[in-house]
Amino acid sequence: MISLTQSPIDPSAILAQVASNGAGAVVLFLGTTREFTKGRQTASLDYECYPQMAEAKLAELEAQAREKWPLVHVSIVHRLGHLELGEASIAIAVSSPHRQAAFEAGKWLIDTIKEDVPIWKQENWADGTSEWVHPGITGS
Amino acid sequence: MTVPIKLFAIARQRLGRDQVEVTLNDFATAGDLRRALAEQFPALADVLPHIRIAVNSSYAADSTVIPAGAEVALIPPVSGG
Repeated sequence: MISLTQSPIDPSAILAQVASNGAGAVVLFLGTTREFTKGRQTASLDYECYPQMAEAKLAELEAQAREKWPLVHVSIVHRLGHLELGEASIAIAVSSPHRQAAFEAGKWLIDTIKEDVPIWKQENWADGTSEWVHPGITGS
Repeated sequence: MTVPIKLFAIARQRLGRDQVEVTLNDFATAGDLRRALAEQFPALADVLPHIRIAVNSSYAADSTVIPAGAEVALIPPVSGG
């Protein structure tokens, strides 16, 4: 299950979505807003996406994860808009009969989302400046 | 053909709008679009080599032909998660 939302992420709701008697393991990953990046202080973040393609890509990655590992349920929720420090920007929950598949699939999903899904964050620094984060582009 | 190009993040910020139109020959490729953008929008010059082009919600190789009526977007390096 894929979702893009402007609302705060509720981890317990996401865990409920992947619950199953067929699962012996549930792994939940939360990405949260960090205060310091390489010594620079963040005040808040803003996320935007290309909605249609982001949803298509997330669904594609879920399908690929299901081909690679025997998963029971998958739930991926990405937050958009304005986030304060400590808030979750993404939640990924996977359930599987055994733990290794759940750990591996959860790690592969977050790593691949960070490479391929058209979602961007803007750092609003504590010094009052803002910049889009684009890995590989300096001084953006 | 005139192709509307959706812009996000730094590309939108640099051009000050969320869409631009580019005129291309029929059967133009994503690589042709990349060259046309570099000519028409010098403000994108330094970031264009890092930007991927999406055609109908899929990443396109520079050799991919852009079909008439396609939805085209510039995808700067992503930073979700």
